[in-house]
Amino acid sequence: MKEIVVLSGKGGTGKTSIVGSLAVLAERKVLVDSDVDAADLHLLLSPSVKQHQEFWSGQKAQIDPDKCTQCGLCQELCRFDAIKDFKVDAVSCEGCGFCSQICPVKAITMKENLAGHLFISDTRYGPLVHARLGIAQENSGKLVAQVRQRAKQIAQEQNLEYIITDGPPGIGCPVISSLSRTNLAVLVTEPTLSGIHDLERVLEVCRHFGVPAMVCINKSDINIDNSRKIEDYCQEEKVEVVARIPFDNTVTEAMIKGIPVVEFSNGKVSQEIKQLWNIVCEALKDNAKR
Amino acid sequence: MIISVASGKGGTGKTLVATSLAISLNDIHEVVILDCDVEEPNDHILLKPNLTGSEPVNIRVPVVDENKCNHCGKCARVCFYHAIAVLGEHVLTFPQLCHGCGACSYLCPEKAISEEPRQTGVVEWGHSGDMGFVRGILTVGEAMAPPVIRKVKEHASDRGVVIRDIPPGTSCPVVEAVKGSDFCILVTEPTPFGLNDLALAVEMVRKLDIPCGVVLNRVGVGDVGVEEYCRKQNIPILLTIPLDTEIARLYSRGIALVDGMPQWKDRFRQLFDNIKEMVDERNRGAKR
Repeated sequence: MKEIVVLSGKGGTGKTSIVGSLAVLAERKVLVDSDVDAADLHLLLSPSVKQHQEFWSGQKAQIDPDKCTQCGLCQELCRFDAIKDFKVDAVSCEGCGFCSQICPVKAITMKENLAGHLFISDTRYGPLVHARLGIAQENSGKLVAQVRQRAKQIAQEQNLEYIITDGPPGIGCPVISSLSRTNLAVLVTEPTLSGIHDLERVLEVCRHFGVPAMVCINKSDINIDNSRKIEDYCQEEKVEVVARIPFDNTVTEAMIKGIPVVEFSNGKVSQEIKQLWNIVCEALKDNAKR
Repeated sequence: MIISVASGKGGTGKTLVATSLAISLNDIHEVVILDCDVEEPNDHILLKPNLTGSEPVNIRVPVVDENKCNHCGKCARVCFYHAIAVLGEHVLTFPQLCHGCGACSYLCPEKAISEEPRQTGVVEWGHSGDMGFVRGILTVGEAMAPPVIRKVKEHASDRGVVIRDIPPGTSCPVVEAVKGSDFCILVTEPTPFGLNDLALAVEMVRKLDIPCGVVLNRVGVGDVGVEEYCRKQNIPILLTIPLDTEIARLYSRGIALVDGMPQWKDRFRQLFDNIKEMVDERNRGAKR
C-alpha cells in the first residue's frame, strides 16, 4: 500500500482539481480529503455517505456561576486569555484544564467537545474518507490522523494499492498530520512569487519529515519567467518536476459541472495530469524496489 | 478600525486585496498591515518592507529538576496534551505537544518543574514607505500557528487602520487571527469551491459576531452560485475584480494591483468607505 499526499503551501493552486483527476486515473485506491477545514473534493466526486462518525476531541472549560466565588485565580493563571468576567470564552479556551484543577471551590468542569464529523463514502471512483471540522475548532491534526487511519483500514480490508490524499494548504498542524509517514508528496505550485515562496516552505517541511517530494507546476504559462525559476529551483534541490499544466478555463468549467477535469476534456491539462500519474506510479515502484 | 481579509478557500486573492487596500488607504490614514498567515506569509513579496525589528515567539515548556522530583506523576495527570510522562524513575517531556499552559509547573507538589522558552516562530516588523508592517513566521516543522498569530496582533497600534491578512480555512489559526476585528472581508471566487468555502467562512465570522462583506475575485469564468448565496444570506458584495490576465501577471511578479493599475485605488478607497459606514452604523445600533 502506498500513500500519496498532494500539498501546496499556498492555497488555491489546484490540489483538489488534480486529486479529483487522480481519482479517475488511479485504480484500486482509497481517496482522502484531509483539508478538514474547507474540504472541496466531494464537490467533484459526488459521494454518497455510507458511514458517519462523530469526532469528539478536546474539552472546554465551563464555570458554574452558583459555585464561583469570583476569586479570579483562573483568570490570572489562564495563558490563553479565555476567561473574562468569570465566564469562559469557548473560542479562546484551548482545553488545557488548568483552571479546573486550581479552582479552590471546584466551580470549573471540563466538558467534552463535539469537534467535527468524519464520513466514509462511496463514489464512482472508489471509497472516499472525508471530514468536517467544526467551525473554530482545534485539533485538526487529530481529525486528519483519524481520517488517514480509516483510509488505511479500508485499503487493507479491500486490498487496495493506493491512498491518495487531497491535503490542506499551509505548513502547520493538519499539513504535518497529512504528510507524516506517507510515501510521496506531490507539491502543486504556480508561477507566482507567492507560489514559489510557499513551495520552498512546504518542501522544507517534506524534508523535515523525510518524505520524498515531486513538483507539479500549475497554470505554468501565466508567467514563463517564474516557471523557469521553479524549474531551476527544483533542479538545484533535486526534485523532479512531473507536470506543467497550462492555464485553461476548462478546469473551472469541469468544476462547475462537478466532474474531474480529465473526464471533462482531453486537452493539454488532462494530458499533463495523466503524465503526472504515470511518473508517480513509476517512482513508487522504484521506491519499493530499493 | 481593524479589518480582516479572510476566505475559507486558499488562493482566492486575500493577499491581493489586503495589500491593495492597505496601499490605497495609506495616503489618507495611518495604516498598519499584519500578515497573520504565519504558515505561508506573502505580504512582504508585494510590499517589500524595510524590516527594522524582530522578536522570537516562544512557548514556555517544562523542565524537570530530577533532584527535586519524587516521580509522583501529578504532572502527567494534569497535562491534557500528554506532553509530560512519568515512567518509573524518569520524567519524559514532549515539547512539540506542549501548549505552554503552565499547569504542570504550577501544580507540581515538589516545585520540581520550571519552564524554559522554546522558539516556534518569529515576529518581524518594519515599514513599507510610511505604512506599518508586521508579519509572523511559523518555524518549519512546527504545528501550532496560534501563538505566533497572537504575537503578531500584539504589535498593531490601536490608532488608524489595521489590515489583517488571514490564513485560509476556518479552524483555530483563522479564528485567532480574525478575533477582535471590527469587520471581515471574505474574498472568494465565483466557483463551486469558492461558494462551498465562503459558506464555511460566513459561519465562522457569524460565530465570532463580526460583520462581513464579500469581495468577488476572478469574475468572468464561473457561475452565479456565490451571488445567489450572498443575496439569500443578505451579505453585501462590496467589490468585484475581473478575471484578467494583466491582474494575474502583476500578482505573479509580486506587484500590488494598485501599484500596477493605479485606477484601482479609488475602488479600494470606496470599499473602505462602505465598510466604515457599515461598522459605524452597527456601533450606533449597539449604543442605542
